[in-house]
Amino acid sequence: MLRGKGWGISFFDEMTGQGSEIRSPYRDYHEWFDREDAARIQRKTQQAEAFFRTTGITFNVYGQDEADERLIPFDVVPRIISASEWRRLSRGIEQRVRALNAFLHDIYHRQEILRAGRVPTELISRNEAFLPMMMGMDPPGGVYTHISGIDIVRTGPNEFYVLEDNARTPSGVSYMLENRETMLQMFPELFAKISVREVSDYPLNLLKSLAACAPPQCQGTPTVAVLTPGIHNSAYFEHSFLADQMGAELVEGHDLRVVDGRVAMRTTQGYTAIDVLYRRVDDDFLDPLNFRPDSMLGVPGIWDVYRAGGITIANAPGTGIADDKALYSYMPDIIEFYTGEKALLPNVPTWRCSEPEHLKEVLDRLPELVVKEVHGSGGYGMLVGPAASKKEIAAFRAKLEANPRGYIAQPTLSLSTVPIFTKAGLAPRHVDLRPFVLMSPQGITITPGGLTRVAMTKGSLVVNSSQGGGTKDTWVLED
Amino acid sequence: MLGKTAGSLYWMARYLERSENNARLIDAGFRIALTRSNTAAAEWRSVLVTAGQDYAFKQTHQDYNSQRVVDFMLRDPDNPSSILSVVKQARDNARTARTYLTREVWEAVNTSWMTLGALLKRQVREDDLPDVLAAIRQQSALVRGAFSGTMLRNDGYNFARIGTFLERADNTARILDVKYYLLLPSVAHIGSSIDNVQWETILRSVSAHRAYHWLYGTEISALKIAEFLILYKQMPRSLAFCCEQMNDNLGLIRRTYDEETEAVRMGSAICRERLSRPIQSIFDGGLHEFITDFLRANAALAQQIERDYRFVE
Repeated sequence: MLRGKGWGISFFDEMTGQGSEIRSPYRDYHEWFDREDAARIQRKTQQAEAFFRTTGITFNVYGQDEADERLIPFDVVPRIISASEWRRLSRGIEQRVRALNAFLHDIYHRQEILRAGRVPTELISRNEAFLPMMMGMDPPGGVYTHISGIDIVRTGPNEFYVLEDNARTPSGVSYMLENRETMLQMFPELFAKISVREVSDYPLNLLKSLAACAPPQCQGTPTVAVLTPGIHNSAYFEHSFLADQMGAELVEGHDLRVVDGRVAMRTTQGYTAIDVLYRRVDDDFLDPLNFRPDSMLGVPGIWDVYRAGGITIANAPGTGIADDKALYSYMPDIIEFYTGEKALLPNVPTWRCSEPEHLKEVLDRLPELVVKEVHGSGGYGMLVGPAASKKEIAAFRAKLEANPRGYIAQPTLSLSTVPIFTKAGLAPRHVDLRPFVLMSPQGITITPGGLTRVAMTKGSLVVNSSQGGGTKDTWVLED
Repeated sequence: MLGKTAGSLYWMARYLERSENNARLIDAGFRIALTRSNTAAAEWRSVLVTAGQDYAFKQTHQDYNSQRVVDFMLRDPDNPSSILSVVKQARDNARTARTYLTREVWEAVNTSWMTLGALLKRQVREDDLPDVLAAIRQQSALVRGAFSGTMLRNDGYNFARIGTFLERADNTARILDVKYYLLLPSVAHIGSSIDNVQWETILRSVSAHRAYHWLYGTEISALKIAEFLILYKQMPRSLAFCCEQMNDNLGLIRRTYDEETEAVRMGSAICRERLSRPIQSIFDGGLHEFITDFLRANAALAQQIERDYRFVE
């Protein structure tokens, strides 16, 4: 049994399970690893880093010198999921994304779920991500969540939980693709020996999926473009990568304007209409005429074109409400309400600090809980009770008491570990998983696996890249 | 393609060309400063004027000290034309146009930015300068090689090529602009060794001293140097060569787009009206006037290209 240092909690290791026996999905890999020369793997690791740098797979950390482009650490030991585990996961993910989409349609139309009293009204009405302008709007194809990322954690051989839903603008898919590319270059022999499901068709599936949601005014083959805030955005690499892989134009707000009722991009030969815009810009910045007037990132008037059926915006405006962590706690009810089934993948038990009894319990047990901001992301503004000092806990207690509505709390999960390669050999580190889900009127496509994020520091439970987390290639094995 | 992308490819190429040209200018200036210390200050000044950096230099510096001029031109982050700044701008433009570049070209540009960033992190010692300048030229050659070996010959390729030749023509013309007095007939008759060194400097600034001698033998004359740099079509940095290439690329774009533009017309006018005449007639009309007029026409063409192909709104 592996033990996290000073935590007193036992962890499930995905390679070695509860003991020293190698779990079956990892058997072939482990056999290969045992026979490999550690120095060779070390060398490959350095090569991988050089490869990421020259390719420019870097991200900018906000608030730091822009010249300081960082690499997300990459670990060469894959995270491996068996075919049967994946079948179970993907059924649960598909169910969840269908429910999310049905929920979004409902709250922007008849709001049955609020009338039925299954979700409190103020959770919607007081939510900043709720866009009243979307009321009664029908996005082309009825799709709200064209692209979503469902964060999953594991705590045991058969225990998976959904930790978070990302329907606003989930990022990281380029790392999923480049990690695989890197592994194929470094260890081609592994892929000859072990049958791993492909991920490389993601960009093509994304293009097909977006094109299938073309707006009513589209004529002929839909023109797809990716909207980026520009080269200084932390995810710019991903934006250009996806545009490149799809063969779509990568546009910024100043490339676009409304011409003859369509959103059009300025080409060397004049303006050309865009049918589907995969935007990596938040709702607030989409249209300075209709949202934030100071936004330089969007397109004046795009909202009116959208309403008139002249363009598809992916994901649909107003989708971000699904990322709300207070709403998250209602997901089991939401799934049941729209699908008539129990949730296949459970939520992590969640205390809503807005409810007095919940708050009391949370305050009593603060040193053992994880507390998160309702609207937070990126691992910022959270308290990991068992890892925090007395002083930090006291400070957080004050924040929590001042604004209980702004927080939720969860038990500190004993996240599973997967070994990483270190100079001293394999060493367990905590991981999570973000599978990427595409939705179109033709159905849901989930790329086998997803992005495995790993906390590179011993004992750490924070996997976010902005906090020093790394990534791994994720393998789903063929049957 | 997007107008912005065309503009980014064009500017990426211009900046890359500029970094290489500036490295050459520094090299030529450095050589003179080493061998003839009494004229070093004047020489550095003319290098700065040629590179369009004299005004900025004088804002922050008192005199033309070799070390300080070199540092300013190589790595001053506040100098938008320093090699470090220019390479960064080339890379920013390449990032903006990333989807139009092959992986090889992007990696070459990115590697060049990383390599030069590391080389120019600290002040370069005089002994190391030749190596650093060689590295700058080498990086530029690697990008050019990747570009010519892997890019599709489409409109994006042509816009980048136009950027290269516009920038190069501008550079050669500026060298002539600063040094034209050396080439005037009134002083040319002397043929003294002093002038020979100055003329050699001109040729070195365009890395063509060997080519010149190969072509014209040992005889160095003002008329021949001017002819070589202005009209000689086999010399890849001559005005005539640059203009011809630019017109080829503009012509390819015209054919792809099936569109006559003012830029295409202006490009061929430069070749026809200014560069299709014997060197003597250029001297007769005044070398300085010729160069001034050429620089103006070249800049006007650059602006017209930005307008006609919608680089900006």
